[in-house]
Amino acid sequence: MSLKIVNPGLSTSIQDLGRPGYFHLGIPMGGAMDRFALRVGNMLVGNPEDAAGLEAVFMGPEIEFQKTAIVSVTGADLPIRVDGQLQEAWTSFEVRAGQTLSFEFLKSGARAYIAISGGIQTPAALGSRSTYPIGALGGVNGRAIQALDELPLGYSSNAIAGKSVAPSMRRGPGSPARLRVLPGLYWHRLTEAAGNGFFEDEWTVALEADRMGYRFKGGRSLEFVDREQPFGAGADPSNIVDGCYSYGSIQVPGGAEPIVLHRDAVSGGGYFTLGAVISADMDLIGQLQPHTSVKFDRVDMAGAMAARHERKNLLMKIREELS
Amino acid sequence: MKTRYTYGGDEHIYVEMDDEMSLDAFFKSLSMSNAVRDAKIEGVTEICPANASFQVRFDPDVIAPEDMMSRVKELEHKAEDAEKRLTTRIIEIPVYYQDPWTHETLMRFRERHQDPSGTDLEYAARINGYDGVEAFIEAHHSQPWFVSMVGFVAGLPFLYQLVERKKQLQVPKYLRPRTDTPKLTVGYGGCFSCIYSVRGAGGYQMFGVTPMPIYDPEQKVTYLKDFMVFFKPGDIVKWKPVDRAEYDQIVAAVEAGTYQPRIAEVEFDLDQFNADMPGTNAKLLEALNVA
Repeated sequence: MSLKIVNPGLSTSIQDLGRPGYFHLGIPMGGAMDRFALRVGNMLVGNPEDAAGLEAVFMGPEIEFQKTAIVSVTGADLPIRVDGQLQEAWTSFEVRAGQTLSFEFLKSGARAYIAISGGIQTPAALGSRSTYPIGALGGVNGRAIQALDELPLGYSSNAIAGKSVAPSMRRGPGSPARLRVLPGLYWHRLTEAAGNGFFEDEWTVALEADRMGYRFKGGRSLEFVDREQPFGAGADPSNIVDGCYSYGSIQVPGGAEPIVLHRDAVSGGGYFTLGAVISADMDLIGQLQPHTSVKFDRVDMAGAMAARHERKNLLMKIREELS
Repeated sequence: MKTRYTYGGDEHIYVEMDDEMSLDAFFKSLSMSNAVRDAKIEGVTEICPANASFQVRFDPDVIAPEDMMSRVKELEHKAEDAEKRLTTRIIEIPVYYQDPWTHETLMRFRERHQDPSGTDLEYAARINGYDGVEAFIEAHHSQPWFVSMVGFVAGLPFLYQLVERKKQLQVPKYLRPRTDTPKLTVGYGGCFSCIYSVRGAGGYQMFGVTPMPIYDPEQKVTYLKDFMVFFKPGDIVKWKPVDRAEYDQIVAAVEAGTYQPRIAEVEFDLDQFNADMPGTNAKLLEALNVA
């Protein structure tokens, strides 16, 4: 074994880029909430971009290294120490066998990604090491890491310390955070005024914000177009006959508080959805703390595609820079 | 029925066959999602059939959303022309109705329920016009069910009963969802029954519990060795009421690795069913009896 967990932090889990292909059975793709940060972290330590690392939420873990490795920390700003000595974020550094990696209090963002040369080599489930606790898949016996866990590392030969990504290429949410939304799905259930209000209002991240979904509050309640509810849908105007949920889709139970489904989404249910956060902005949600202000911006498909290409190009640029 | 096509962000196409639930809408969504799968369109990453709708996930870097939409729309006529016939399996699922574990849970969350003075089954029986819980339980298990969707969480089946609409049982969900539901609870919400594959939050009314695991990530259960999820859309289910002694026996047999669910291969023809529901159901159940 190569990593010994001294203190797991608040909720630190093993994540890679997930296990797509089983959503039709209710098993979500999972994987890093901020895929950009994990990909870049892996690049910095010479790993394949889909190697498994650690996703630490709000608080960092304390880890004793039993083997020398190259490490990077990307995503949330969580000051890094190796045996007490400060290290640069978004930059690869060495941790020698016997040294301890630890973190100070969170400064900004919500999730830090710890990538380690060789990658974490716990057993994969359905093609991924990502932790999905509801289904007891991946991670360490299907759960987040705990004190005294020992995590195996893979072999690495091409990792070097001192690689860095320029601050201009580190992507995170602004303030207020802006999330672009493509209206669709059951958008027609909303009155025009309610649809406009959703984009006009400023929302804040509620306490119920996790890998399954992020809840928002503070905006006006949404009004529905009057109708006789269809057979099988349920009595509330926000109910539909249970259908699939898209990743990023926004449901508003009872018209009150929008919930954006994320990587560990439930695969379906009986609430209407008004559209979805575009793929390019899903990573940003993973860096939102509760009480953060958020505005939803309406985009069309062309806008969504342009944003997707912009994100892809940024990754390509970083890839070229680090290779 | 009028098909509605829409996007779910830039990576999903969502197709609703009908806004209300019916076997026709379910069959059409199942055949159309099969047609999309058989078309092997490059860029498609997931196809998820649901009760009266389905969803396709795709990679817009491989196929443009507009092109993906046209390809899916082109397949609608195939689904319409497809024979409404399915080769599937009927499975007998033992249910211990009014078990002590769901009872303890429903008492714990009573203040979140429409009727805090009774049980979920008493409430469901009353609002569906049944003369007591026993008659309601009988209606729940006497006719078979279609698995119309698998999802929400890992391996959870939604089931729709094979009876005419006026005989469909309907119950609302809890006023506020529970934070706990025992594993393998047989639940009910709207016009759907379900089995909670894992312990967790839930809003469906609770009727009983099955001793038969339907999700096993460790794949130790003998009949889940090939794959960790038991159900797939299109499966037919017959509930079989069991008492505490039988429940305990099955739990022990599952643990000993000797339990085999009763399963028979069957043909289901929607037109035949619509023409003669009791006759079609009798044949389905007969297949199970000779299995």
